[in-house]
Amino acid sequence: MSDGNRRDRGSVLARFLRWAHLDPPLLAGTLAILTFATLVLYSATGQSLGAMQAHAGKVAVALGAMLVAARVDPTWMRRGAPWLYVVGLGLLGLVLVTGDIAKGGQRWLDFGIRFQPAEIMKLAVPMTLARLLHDRPLPPSLLLVIACFVMVMVPAGLIALQPDLGTAVLIVLTGVTAIFLGGLGWRYIVGGITLALAALPALWMVMHDYQRKRVLTLLDPDSDPLGAGYHIIQSKIAIGSGGFFGKGWLNGSQGQLEFLPERSTDFIFAVIGEEWGLMGAVALVGLYLFVVGRGLYIAVTAPDTFTRLLAGSLSITFFFYVFVNSAMVTGLLPVVGVPLPLVSMGGTSMVTLLAGFGILMSIQTHRRLGDAVRR
Amino acid sequence: MARAVRIKDHWAEQRLFVTRLVIAGIFIAVLTTVMLTRLVELQLVQYDFYSAQSQGNRIRLQPVPPTRGLILDRHGRVLAENQASFDLELTPEQVPDLDDTLDRLVGLGLLGAEQLPEVRAEIGRHRRFDAVAVRTRLGDEDVARFAVNRPFFEGVEIRPRLSRRYPYGPALAHALGYVGGISAADLQEIDAVAYAGTQAIGKVSVERAFEPDLHGQSGQEQVVVNARGRSLYTLDRAGARPGEDVVLALDLDAQLAAWDALAGRRGAAVAIDPATGEVLVFVSTPAYDPNVISAGLSRKAYATLQEDIDKPLFNRALRGTYPPGSTIKPIVALAALQAGTMTPQDRVWCGGSYSLPGSSHRYRDWKPEGHGSIDMQGGIEQSCDVYFYSVARELGIQRMADVLKGFGLGAVTGLDMPGEKGGLVPSPAWKRTAFRNPGNQVWFPGETLITGIGQGYMLVTPLQLAHAAAAIARRGVRFQPTMLHATRDPISGKMHPVEPAPLPAVDIGDPRHWDTIVAGMHGVMHGARGTARAVGMGAAFQMAGKSGTAQVFTVAQNQKYRAADVAERMRDHALFIAFAPLEEPRIAVAVVVENGESGSKVAAPIARRVMETYLRTAAGGA
Repeated sequence: MSDGNRRDRGSVLARFLRWAHLDPPLLAGTLAILTFATLVLYSATGQSLGAMQAHAGKVAVALGAMLVAARVDPTWMRRGAPWLYVVGLGLLGLVLVTGDIAKGGQRWLDFGIRFQPAEIMKLAVPMTLARLLHDRPLPPSLLLVIACFVMVMVPAGLIALQPDLGTAVLIVLTGVTAIFLGGLGWRYIVGGITLALAALPALWMVMHDYQRKRVLTLLDPDSDPLGAGYHIIQSKIAIGSGGFFGKGWLNGSQGQLEFLPERSTDFIFAVIGEEWGLMGAVALVGLYLFVVGRGLYIAVTAPDTFTRLLAGSLSITFFFYVFVNSAMVTGLLPVVGVPLPLVSMGGTSMVTLLAGFGILMSIQTHRRLGDAVRR
Repeated sequence: MARAVRIKDHWAEQRLFVTRLVIAGIFIAVLTTVMLTRLVELQLVQYDFYSAQSQGNRIRLQPVPPTRGLILDRHGRVLAENQASFDLELTPEQVPDLDDTLDRLVGLGLLGAEQLPEVRAEIGRHRRFDAVAVRTRLGDEDVARFAVNRPFFEGVEIRPRLSRRYPYGPALAHALGYVGGISAADLQEIDAVAYAGTQAIGKVSVERAFEPDLHGQSGQEQVVVNARGRSLYTLDRAGARPGEDVVLALDLDAQLAAWDALAGRRGAAVAIDPATGEVLVFVSTPAYDPNVISAGLSRKAYATLQEDIDKPLFNRALRGTYPPGSTIKPIVALAALQAGTMTPQDRVWCGGSYSLPGSSHRYRDWKPEGHGSIDMQGGIEQSCDVYFYSVARELGIQRMADVLKGFGLGAVTGLDMPGEKGGLVPSPAWKRTAFRNPGNQVWFPGETLITGIGQGYMLVTPLQLAHAAAAIARRGVRFQPTMLHATRDPISGKMHPVEPAPLPAVDIGDPRHWDTIVAGMHGVMHGARGTARAVGMGAAFQMAGKSGTAQVFTVAQNQKYRAADVAERMRDHALFIAFAPLEEPRIAVAVVVENGESGSKVAAPIARRVMETYLRTAAGGA
């Protein structure tokens, strides 16, 4: 825990990593995923160099966000969290009023560059909850739990109205994870699950038609093979026909012949399954688990409640992203528009994810002797 | 636990956190196991099922190429059509043993053993699931032989398609052009979506010029295929829009007559309807067989065509530039009448040669003994060089060049065919810019003289000559030459005719001047001393014409020019322009025969045959 004391030792690379507050194992895992993603995207975009250029630009911006986040001291994050939350909420409101229309929903704000305010909330929600729980004794009181839930549901509700069900669900999962890690009592957990099940019919009522259709399609994709079920059928064929070794890079007929819709964005996992087989899919899941595991290690060894909760909920949420996307593509969950983290093309999610990794790195590298007992 | 006062207990909180994290870790492990189980289920347990589904993914989208429009002559006779032909296609992914399959195809005689490296390379360039044409245009017998053996050739298919056929072969090659594979350069100019599935694109001439009309729009069909990828039935079809039929102004009979008359020669014949500018005949010889080129020539065969000394790929009618020779004499005479430097009655003494004052250089007449005293009509009729040296000298180069240009000579006519050459009408201004050496930039008086008889720097195309002849026939009224007569909707058969596009008329002041030169040109064909009176004899209608002979190389002073001494390719070019009938001209024609020696003896009969054929069929209303 005294990394900072060994200043002038080591190679240039090691010194740079220390100076930039980067965590080598997390960085290595991330770069491995990004490299694999580049190969996959090259194939999935039909070997379009233009698309690869655009992708490289996004990766560069995202890595920049990671570098910035890694150098911000966690203390500042704790102080700034409520402000980030308020700004994010304001922007979400703005989107509902004036947002651009993209794919049938209003998700974008255009400030010269387009971005989705929902992405801010992916970081602001866990940070704010960690701050709330950090300031009070744990396990949390009922009042605190209720306050936390409100802070989760308000942005989630606004995002669901856009309507972006996938991101709303992920925000809720993030918030629930933070509260759970904070020590939510078991009776609340049991009660909450019961309540959620009871609320399902109500949720069904407020869902958009296309959202309902996606749920129904999951249950019986063959009911509408050319319509709503098409995505799931084609993606299962792609993955299944990949077999153990895969059809080979650039040789996935499902992806290359464009049977597979959204193959460079939400359904890229199917391209991996088809071209790289079970080997490739398992290897990618392994890389994801390594990254998540490193995040959990950082959480366990973090010095205070804020950093622990933040690191823990960011890491677990990352796993949820992976799971929700791969479960959707393999036909285990309904089709919700959630990209495969760090691999799918486009969107602002890559920036948010790598900024989140930057926060993990910051937590890992900013600890000082005696931190654990200072608060 | 006391509820009254709660303070943070860091150790307890950390223990609580670690417990929760362990629970979360277990949750993650469970979900991961679910995911891995699902992957194993899909990719190992159900692999065979999904693999079969993917192999013949049940619905396949394939482009439907449009049917290329027909090319017709002015009477609706088909000049270019589409013929069903068969390709042998191989889909590497579906072939169990590629080497064995190729060997057996060679064994069946469907592929040549020497083609194998090329075929393999072609297969290597495609993705494993793409069908590759390993052989095009199978014969009936080949199709039958393969059909019998088809069960033994998994992944190999016969694919019918339409290929272009030109029933009249080389006779219309330079008029119609040909089609060929879509090249990288072509892709720059077309909409790739519209050409999905299309294999051929117009390369030159009419096929190129009217490519947007002829091509049409690709369609798309959703086909249900079985596990081997064979089409079972069509689910949905967004039909292709066939290309427009292109009705050309050409008259097939006259075209074939011209082709026939030019057989064995290098040259060109172009005929134009003076009333509309429509091109009735467009022949360039020698030519190539567009059927062979469209089927795809090997590099070697194409090189042979390119290197042929007779240049069969060269479109002489459009791009060949020749000195016009005496064919421009009527126009030079007209320029003199307009400028007032000469009247029709002014006579010139021709003693066989002409010299500029103060110079001993003798400019020869084609008739060494001379024509004696001769007026304008006689000068045109007998093509007296000395008369026109005298006309040119008094007129001067600038006024002569202006009128020549007014007839569209030395510049592109704007024919609806790509690649037209401009040629040149020389002038002192041109000479100042064309040469680097200041000594060459001066315009010499002698150059005015030889320009007056169409020699020297002046260059025109057969197309321009035909256009100028048409302008004389209509007494100055000009139309832009056009290959296109109309386009025709292939489905409704509705015609969309093309309106004649007028060009600035030639204005010579007094209209009676036209009578003088037309009378001269009539005399060429029918006069007692006309240079082509042998050709004019016995014709059913009255013609007007003018011969020309263009020097390929210069004869030194005091040397007699004997054709026999000169190698065949050094002989003079023979030219002829004509129009008919005299009273109400319906066809104007220009003929150029390279190294044909005599315009009146070689080129004029060809012109007469073309006009006769056209006027006979037109009169018969065919």
